[in-house]
Amino acid sequence: MKKSAKISVTSKKQKPLSLKEIGEQKEPASETWQLRLYVAGQTPRSIAAFANLKRICEEHLAGRYDIEVVDLVKHPQLAAGDQILAIPTLVRKLPQPLRKIVGDLRDTERALVGLQIRSAAIGE
Amino acid sequence: MPKMGMRTRKPTREVGKVNRSLPKAPTGIQGLDEITGGGFPRGRPTLICGSAGAGKTLLAMEFLVRGATEYNEPGVFMAFEETAPELTQNVRSLGFDLDELSTQKKLVIDFVRIERSEIDETGDYDLEGLFIRLGSAIDAIGAKRVVLDTIENLFAGLQNQGILRAELRRLFRWLKDKGVSAVITAERGDGVLTRHGLEEYVSDCVILLDHRVTDQVSTRRLRVVKYRGTAHGTNEYPFLIDEDGFSVLPITSLGLQHQVSGERISSGVARLDTMLGGEGFYRGTTVLVSGTAGTGKTSLAASFVDAACRRGERSLYFSFEESQDQLIRNMRSIGLNLEQWTKKKLLQFHSSRATFYGLEMHLAMIHKIVQDFQPKVVVIDPIGSLIQAGNQRDAHIMIVRLIDFLKQKQITAFLTNLTSGGAALERTDAEISSIVDSWLFTRDIELDGERNRALYVLKSRGTAHSNQLREFLLTPHGVDLLDVYVGPEGVLTGSSRLSQEAQEKAAARARQQEADRRERDRVRKREALEARIIALRKEFEIEEVEAQTTTAQEVSRETMIVENREAMSRSRQSDLVKGGTSTKTSRRAQ
Repeated sequence: MKKSAKISVTSKKQKPLSLKEIGEQKEPASETWQLRLYVAGQTPRSIAAFANLKRICEEHLAGRYDIEVVDLVKHPQLAAGDQILAIPTLVRKLPQPLRKIVGDLRDTERALVGLQIRSAAIGE
Repeated sequence: MPKMGMRTRKPTREVGKVNRSLPKAPTGIQGLDEITGGGFPRGRPTLICGSAGAGKTLLAMEFLVRGATEYNEPGVFMAFEETAPELTQNVRSLGFDLDELSTQKKLVIDFVRIERSEIDETGDYDLEGLFIRLGSAIDAIGAKRVVLDTIENLFAGLQNQGILRAELRRLFRWLKDKGVSAVITAERGDGVLTRHGLEEYVSDCVILLDHRVTDQVSTRRLRVVKYRGTAHGTNEYPFLIDEDGFSVLPITSLGLQHQVSGERISSGVARLDTMLGGEGFYRGTTVLVSGTAGTGKTSLAASFVDAACRRGERSLYFSFEESQDQLIRNMRSIGLNLEQWTKKKLLQFHSSRATFYGLEMHLAMIHKIVQDFQPKVVVIDPIGSLIQAGNQRDAHIMIVRLIDFLKQKQITAFLTNLTSGGAALERTDAEISSIVDSWLFTRDIELDGERNRALYVLKSRGTAHSNQLREFLLTPHGVDLLDVYVGPEGVLTGSSRLSQEAQEKAAARARQQEADRRERDRVRKREALEARIIALRKEFEIEEVEAQTTTAQEVSRETMIVENREAMSRSRQSDLVKGGTSTKTSRRAQ
């Protein structure tokens, strides 16, 4: 449980190393995270969501993540595929199972839980 | 706002009148357009609420399909509950082919799946994704109509109620701006119209669907709770969902303004036509045949239908007691071949048990079938069965509405009604006798150990009808009416009539024989008399001849005496006194 304590500290103080370790422990290093962020135009909320996502990934999944941004204003037909209603929505395509996180990801803790980067941390 | 509503409502109080001020999107659903004065508000959202299984999705879907097929208004169906294949399958039974409409670009079905378990929320968001999806679907086919079924599912999928409500408000605003006529369905809540208070956002038109079960019989009802800017029927209207979709029975839009026809149509029984002033019933009137069990009501109805089909008129036969095959078979026994008419599509039977649906459902069904088939003649056999499906008061009101409806369509209605044994004879269930135009009464007359049928015309408005009782026979070649024997022994029918007729015949023969005999006697008497006259005359002739002979003899004897005396006196040579003495002497000698 030390680890979790560390994580909570790091998440707040943004120390990437220890978190990265945990990520490596939970997931095989070889697997790349495929993330898709749905936005609608360049709204402040979209931009904020992208920035928050980028930050989280850099902190916890550096080097093994892949973010695809889908602008529904340009490609409205893509909304149905992932059953997108709310904007912004982040979809974790890989690793399975599929997860969706709705919102601008400003609550990093919840974002991490939602992405199941660190589900074990919830109980602490 | 409410003030405005009041003001616009005042001038058009009459239901069914199209309000010009508010454009409408016709639903194409029988009856619903009448109640709402032309359909749902065009370019505005309409809320359809009701409990589970009330028919919300179907109503919404029919609005779209009818729009796409009949009014050239393509539509988008956004489904939050059922997938497109499920929906397609569900409405196929109503005759809607969604696949076909989709390929024709008249309909888009977009299934929105919300899985709470896969969704986490962090931070702010909006429902722009939904807007974009809806927007692109609308633009793809140029949709004029949109259905959101059931958008309340969003409440289950998303946690942030504040955002959700704000976004819903924006969504309805956005739909209005898009100019689409939207239908939003919502589940009915406890004591409120919708579980999540959607009526707060959609306030132009609210329709409530209800599905009630009374006495184990279910009835669907529809009510327009609110319709801004339109005078609408405020009652609860029964509605049907069947293989052709929805139909609502607009029960209050009928009145006594129907046209009348001077045309007469045959009852199918020649003698009955004679009784009805020679030409039968007026077209478009209502005929009631009532009577006790087994008095031939159905046979009369069948004859009537047969005559209508012979004239080439479409006929509908609602039977609540016999199946089509049974009716056809039974009517064959009185020489009516009804099968030929069903084959020619002139005659349609609809057999169902009265207790199968509620009263309203029956009437809605009759209404609908009549609208579809457009008959000239409708038989309801027996009307009393409908009463079993509801209570007396309701039944009376509904039957009056039905009769009004048929009259309005110039359809001649032929109703039969069973008078039960103990009840007063000239009485009908639900007191419908006063609203019918012609009332035929069949009864049985029990006499000398047999029952015979009799018929009379109790009333027939506008015809000089017979007041006579007729014996009513079911023969192998149809219904026949005969004069009954009315004599000192009362009204005689059947065998009694036959035996009475035989007796009369015998008596007449006897009288004839008697008269013949008397005639013969007279002839004989005359002959006898004449013979006697001849005999007497002969006798007299003989006497006359005899008398003449005697006189002649006497004359000759007298002469001889005189001559003798003269001869003697000559011989004695006496003096002769001529004449006097000689006569005296001759007389003495005699």
